[in-house]
Amino acid sequence: MTKRIPDVPLVLIALALSVFGISMVYSAGQTDTMTFVAGLWKTQSVWFVIAVCAAFAASTASVRFLDWFTPYAYVITILMLLLTLAIGSGAGTAASSKSWLVIGGVRIGQPAELAKITVTFMLARVLANRREPPESLLELWHPALVVGVPWVLIMLQPDLGTGIVFIGIFFAMLFWSGVNWRLLLLIASPAISLVLAFSTRLWGAWFLLLLGLVWLYRPYLLEGIALVCINVVTGVVAPILWEKLAPYQQKRLLVFLDPSIDAKASGYHVIQSQVAIGSGGWFGKGFTLGTQKRLNFVPEQETDFIFAVVGEELGFIGVTLALTLFLALFMRAIRISSRANDPFASLIAFGLLASWLVHVIENVGMTLNLMPITGIPLPFFSYGGSFMLASWLSVGVLMRISREGRGRGDLAAI
Amino acid sequence: MSYHPNEVSRRATVARVLLGVGFIALTSAFFRAQVMRNKEYLAQAEQNRFREVPLAAPRGIILDRNGRIIAENLPGYAVSLLSPSADSLRTAMRRLSNIIPITDDQVEAAVRRWRKNPTRPAVILPDAPFDVVAVLEERRVENPSLIIQSTPKRYYPDGPAVASFVGYTGEITERELADTNYSDYKPGQQIGKGGLERSYEAQLRGKEGVRYVEVDARGRVVRDAGARAEEEPQAASRLTTNIDMDLQLFVMSLLGDSLRAGVVAIEPTSGAVLALHSAPTFDPNRFVGGIPADYWKELNTDPRRPLYNKVIQGRYPPASTWKLATSAMAMEAGLVQLDDHMPQPCTGGYRYGRYFRCWNHKGHGDISLRQAIEQSCDVFFYQVGLKLGLSRMVAGGLKLKMRERSGVDLPNETQPQFPPDAQNYFNERYGTRGWVPGSVALNLSIGQGENAQTLINMARFYTALATDGKAAKPEIVTRNPERVQIMNLTEPQMLGLRLAMAGVVSSRGTANSARIEGITVAGKTGTAQNPPNPDHAWFMGFAPAEQPKIVVGVFVEFGEHGYVAARIATKVMEHYLKAVTKPLVTTE
Repeated sequence: MTKRIPDVPLVLIALALSVFGISMVYSAGQTDTMTFVAGLWKTQSVWFVIAVCAAFAASTASVRFLDWFTPYAYVITILMLLLTLAIGSGAGTAASSKSWLVIGGVRIGQPAELAKITVTFMLARVLANRREPPESLLELWHPALVVGVPWVLIMLQPDLGTGIVFIGIFFAMLFWSGVNWRLLLLIASPAISLVLAFSTRLWGAWFLLLLGLVWLYRPYLLEGIALVCINVVTGVVAPILWEKLAPYQQKRLLVFLDPSIDAKASGYHVIQSQVAIGSGGWFGKGFTLGTQKRLNFVPEQETDFIFAVVGEELGFIGVTLALTLFLALFMRAIRISSRANDPFASLIAFGLLASWLVHVIENVGMTLNLMPITGIPLPFFSYGGSFMLASWLSVGVLMRISREGRGRGDLAAI
Repeated sequence: MSYHPNEVSRRATVARVLLGVGFIALTSAFFRAQVMRNKEYLAQAEQNRFREVPLAAPRGIILDRNGRIIAENLPGYAVSLLSPSADSLRTAMRRLSNIIPITDDQVEAAVRRWRKNPTRPAVILPDAPFDVVAVLEERRVENPSLIIQSTPKRYYPDGPAVASFVGYTGEITERELADTNYSDYKPGQQIGKGGLERSYEAQLRGKEGVRYVEVDARGRVVRDAGARAEEEPQAASRLTTNIDMDLQLFVMSLLGDSLRAGVVAIEPTSGAVLALHSAPTFDPNRFVGGIPADYWKELNTDPRRPLYNKVIQGRYPPASTWKLATSAMAMEAGLVQLDDHMPQPCTGGYRYGRYFRCWNHKGHGDISLRQAIEQSCDVFFYQVGLKLGLSRMVAGGLKLKMRERSGVDLPNETQPQFPPDAQNYFNERYGTRGWVPGSVALNLSIGQGENAQTLINMARFYTALATDGKAAKPEIVTRNPERVQIMNLTEPQMLGLRLAMAGVVSSRGTANSARIEGITVAGKTGTAQNPPNPDHAWFMGFAPAEQPKIVVGVFVEFGEHGYVAARIATKVMEHYLKAVTKPLVTTE
């Protein structure tokens, strides 16, 4: 049974976010010394129109069709990622990386953006085909492979930001498929060990907790031993190796992981972004009137740091409005996900939500120096055609899942 | 996956709670930054975009006693660059060097100024000629960080005539910046260097104003005026001096460029310095805003030492001008009076251990103190010196402030040389057995020996002779006269001394060739021995002798004989007194 009317709240929220976003792209161009950025809002508007049309077109594809098409799309994505590694080129802050597919000197797009969607689909397919959620690490090999292959290809570009998004999607979808939280914790344990490695005491406490978890959850013996060993390696050996590296080598490694960071420059950028946001106050300096932005103190103000413009010009009120719109979008996605009439659709909906969520937290957190700088764009806000298109394609898929799902038509509900 | 509705709704609840927590955490972080720390960030944003451009205050004008301008300000231009880094400053200057002349030294100087204060525009041309400014103004659009300001430039209309006391202005040096006296100064500011400009820096300085320009992240000026309210510079009030420019110019014309001499003219009752000049002179206008290297070298290698001030820095044996000091001490001690004679008449010399000559080998015969002053008889004063004894002579000299600076309001005055006591000083210098107090007293009595005075300090002593025994501190800038009693002689004694000095500038005296028609000049010549070079010439005196209105001291290096100095001195007196009396005649 399908409803005729699309999910109106979902579309309205996405429209509101897009209009808000394009206004901010316009404002980002309003600098004292005008640059090419001044005209980008027009390009972005064109992309917006294309993206909305594409979303409605995508919403005509049934979930069953998506299910059938997913493996092909996945294989195509992997091939494109390989092609990108071979002939790709960089752009903007990440000029040294290979993230853009360029054919004949024309930048076609970033296959990694496409991969976010196809990998979500493929992972949904793999997880939905299981009767029970994976209960041991060994059983996770299939989902891990689905995410792992494109992840490695993307990390080779290298693009740490998108890599983080994949990990977010992976964990979120495992959670939604019903994987036990203790198992999730065990999977995440090596990374947590790495993060806590800076303090011997903290790492020690975490290691004891991990041993307890292993004992409680009782994975297979080999798995348990392997897990403990990996944790020892990441928590103890990795920091020692790191210390042995010369500072320039450490920096090289960091820059390899994420070419957009240049320790000195990025530190300055984050400070200027914080100053812009902090100086906004309750109500901001007024639309297009932010001084930090006007005088180009805010870096990448039309893309990665566009939220700093929101903070400076519209103040805390504007920030809260933007974040509330995002929250509404996510709540709507959870609703759609929990009302989907089959596991595949439900997992897709949750995976798309996770992808957005990681983007928002990472991007917004970065502008306030709560997150490392990775060059992740803000959905619906950051200037960029393929990303706008990808975001709206996700909206289109959600519209379809919503239509096929349980519950009454939303227009009727109003 | 397990897709039981209950489980799904449980997971949805968990997801909603996590989302809610994340939302609250993120908004709190923004609340903290935007609301709680707003002021701090706002201040930082303002600091980011505004750059202070100093507006130099016009320095105070310096006037002579009649309101004639000694120092004023002409419109000048300073060119600065705002720059985010030393490298970009260098690049910008190199680019500018294609259109205007810029040397490597100027680039490095600008970089040093920038380092001292990176947020202030670095001055690249402190005193830019108008044609350079015109070229830069044309290219202003290509160089938005360029700041061209009209900056008052110091000018001395009578340049060389006032060089000896006015000083000059220039950019503050790094050493001066480190000085606590200049703690509120900033790099690139102009400051008085030497002379009145330095002594009265605090009054002449004025208050610097500030203008704000708005810059973008690259340090380019985006908005010039009106970015933020500016503070106007406040001009300093004028400084009126005691100098009589008419007399000062006359003095310079007398000395010309060939003599190496110093002249000072003081009003004896107030200490007001009417004229002060050291020859040869230089042009302080060329010092303003940086001394050209070739001019500096020229002045420093000139054997006549134009930069060495012969009035306040030069230190010479006072020679016979000192005989008035000896006379005053002896009269005050009651040992000799003006009509008293000495036991031995002058036969051209005096034997004390060895033979001490009188300048006149023929001898002066049996004469009184009055005649001894008129004719400057050495033999007479040898005997006065012996009567006084060394202790009383040293104590007397100290009482006459012969070991102190005159206190004139100019920097770099040299302290005179005079024994601090009659015993230890000589013991340390020559050993306890290496000297004979009598011989020392003999030498001191005629102004030779361990005694070297500046012209200005001798002039101060003569203000006491010209009045009632009170020495006036020489003052170039009007202030309350500071007079100190250094001699305790009766009115007739003082008058007697003055008349004896009038005899010097008479047909009887050593300076008879310096007489002036209609004015009684009193004074004393001096000829300081300076082997192997020609002797130095001194003359200290005042006029009119009956009621002195001007004390004049003249010192001529290698002048050979005192009357050379006397002729200059009496002309100065004549010029001053005739100029002063003239208006009185017309009013009558």
